[in-house]
Amino acid sequence: MRRSGWMYALMLPGLVYFIVFHYVPLAGNAVAFQDYSPFLGVQGSDWVGWSNFVALLTDPQAINAIKNTLIVSLLQIVFAFPAPILLALLLNSLLSTKITRFVQSVVYLPHFISWVIIVSIWQDVLGGAGPVSELFASLGLGHINIMTNPDTFKILITSQVIWKDIGWGTIIYFAAMLSIPTDLYESAACDCAGPLRRMWHVTLPGILPVTLLLLIIRLGHVLSVGFEQIILQQPAVGVQVSDVLDTFVYNRGLVGGDWGIATAAGLVKGVIGTALVLGANKLAKRAGTEGLF
Amino acid sequence: MTTAETTEHHRTPRKLGLSRERRAIWEGRPSLPVRALKIIIIAAIVIIMLYPFASMIMQSFAGFGANMRATLIPSKFTLDAYRSILGGGIVTRAMMVSAFITIVGTAIAVVLTTTLAYSLTRTKDVPGSKVVLYLVLFTMLFSAGIIPNYLLVKELGLLDSYWSLIIPTAISAFNMVVIRNFFMQIPGELIESARVDGASDLAIFARIILPLSKAPIAVITLFYAVGYWNSFFNALIYINSPEKYPIQIVLNRYVLMGSPLDQIQNPGGVAPPPVSIQMAVVVVATIPILLVYPFAQKYFAKGVLTGAIKG
Repeated sequence: MRRSGWMYALMLPGLVYFIVFHYVPLAGNAVAFQDYSPFLGVQGSDWVGWSNFVALLTDPQAINAIKNTLIVSLLQIVFAFPAPILLALLLNSLLSTKITRFVQSVVYLPHFISWVIIVSIWQDVLGGAGPVSELFASLGLGHINIMTNPDTFKILITSQVIWKDIGWGTIIYFAAMLSIPTDLYESAACDCAGPLRRMWHVTLPGILPVTLLLLIIRLGHVLSVGFEQIILQQPAVGVQVSDVLDTFVYNRGLVGGDWGIATAAGLVKGVIGTALVLGANKLAKRAGTEGLF
Repeated sequence: MTTAETTEHHRTPRKLGLSRERRAIWEGRPSLPVRALKIIIIAAIVIIMLYPFASMIMQSFAGFGANMRATLIPSKFTLDAYRSILGGGIVTRAMMVSAFITIVGTAIAVVLTTTLAYSLTRTKDVPGSKVVLYLVLFTMLFSAGIIPNYLLVKELGLLDSYWSLIIPTAISAFNMVVIRNFFMQIPGELIESARVDGASDLAIFARIILPLSKAPIAVITLFYAVGYWNSFFNALIYINSPEKYPIQIVLNRYVLMGSPLDQIQNPGGVAPPPVSIQMAVVVVATIPILLVYPFAQKYFAKGVLTGAIKG
C-alpha cells in the first residue's frame, strides 16, 4: 500500500473545520430539549424533554411564522420559479447574439448584489420619497410608500426575488435549450411548424426534465425563505406579516433569549427540510430524471 | 460536467456567428409586430434592472436643493457626499473591515477548500477518505440551525471578533464538490508519471493539480470573495462593537434604519443632503462587486453549470 501521509495532512484542516463548525452545532441542538440558561451552559441546564416542542406548536407567533413561510414559499413557486423560464424562452428566440449578450450581462448583475444594497435601492425608488410615489402624487392619487405597506409585503418580497435572480436562473435553462439537437427544429420547420409551435413541441419538452428537477428541489426547500431579505425589512412592515420560521428563531432566541423554543423551531425546520429534500429527490428519480444524489 | 461541455461544443458555431449567420433558413424572419413586442419587453426589462442603480449613482452626486427626479441628472453636481464619508469615520472604517474580512477570508477558504478537495480525490486507496467525503456531503443536506451555531461561536470565545465572520463559513461543501469534480477529471497518467519520478502527493498537488486548475479555482475564489463582501447575517449576530462593523451592517444601520451618521466630516461647511450621503454609501459598497462583475459573470455561469449538473 502506498503511503498516504500527505493526503491525511491535507485532509486534516478541512476535516477539523467540518467537525467543529458543522457536527458540534448538530449536537448543540440538545438545547431544544433544555430549559437553557446562558449562565449554566449546555451541560448545566435542566432537561425538559419535549416541552419546548409542545410550547412551540401552541405558540400563536410560531404558527403565524409557519403560515407566513408557507404563503411566501407558495408565491415564490408560482411566480418566481417560472420567471427565468419565460425570460430564457424570450432571449432564446432573439436572433441577434449581441442583444442577447447585452441583456444577459444586465440581468445577471443583481444576483451578485447583497440584500442590504438591494433593499436600500428599492427603498430609494419605491419608498415614500421616491419617483414612484411622486408619480402617484402627480396623478392626484397621493403619495404612497410601497416599502412600508404590510398588505402588499409578500408580493413585494416576491418581486424582489424575481428582480434579483430572474437572470441568474436563466443560465441552467439556456444550457438545456442549447443541448436540444438542431435537427429537431429543422424537421419541425419542415412540417410547417411556426416559431410558437416549435417552442411548444420542441423547446419546452427539451427543458422539461431540468425544469421538473429544479421544481422538485424548490419544493424540498419550502420552509426556507430568504432570511436576510426579510429581517432587513421587518422593521418597516411589522412582525405579523413578515415573520417566517428563520426570523422567528432569530427574534425569539437571539433577541428574546427564549433559547429552548427557538432551537426547537430551528430543529423542526431542519428535520422537515431534510425529509422534504430526500422525498423530493426520490420523486425526481421516479419522474425519470437523474435526481440529485 | 460532461453535459455542460458537450453543450458548449454544440453551441459554439451558432453562438459565435453574427446574427445573420445564426439564423437557419427555416427560421425565417419574425413579423414586424412580433419583433416590436419583443423589443418593448426587453427594453422594459433592461430599464427595470438598471434604473435603481442609475438613480442611486446620480443621487449620490446631488448637492443640497438639487432637483433631479424627472431626468435622473442632478441640477447641482457635487462630490461632497463622497468627501464626507471617505474622509475617515465609520464608513471608511467599515470598508476597511470588509476588505480585511474578504481578503483574509477568501485566502483561507480557497486554501482549505482545495486541500480538502484534493485529499478526497482518491477514495479508493486512501482509507477513511470516503467516510470524510460523506461527512462533508451530509452537511449539504442538514444544517444545524441558527442558535446552535451562535452558541458554538460564543463557546469558542469568538463573539465580537473578526474571526467569527471568517472561520464559520470557511469551506462551502458545494464549492468543495465543484473543485473535487474538476480535480477528478485530470488525467491519471499525468499523476502516475509524476509518482514514478518520485514526486510526493504534496508535490503532485502543488506542481500538477493546482496549475491545471486555475479556471475553477478562479471560480471559487470569486464565489468566496463575493460571499464574504456581501455577508450580513453573521455580522448581525456576532459583532457588537460599532468599530468592528463591516460595510453591510453600516448600510443597514445608516441607510435602511436611518440612524444619522455621526463623525461625518463637512469640508465645505454645508452638509450634503442625507439622501446623497446614504446613496454614496451604497455606491461605495457596490463598487467592489462591479469591479469583479465582468470576471464573475464569465466564470460564475460556468461554475453554476458544473456544480448543478454534478451537485
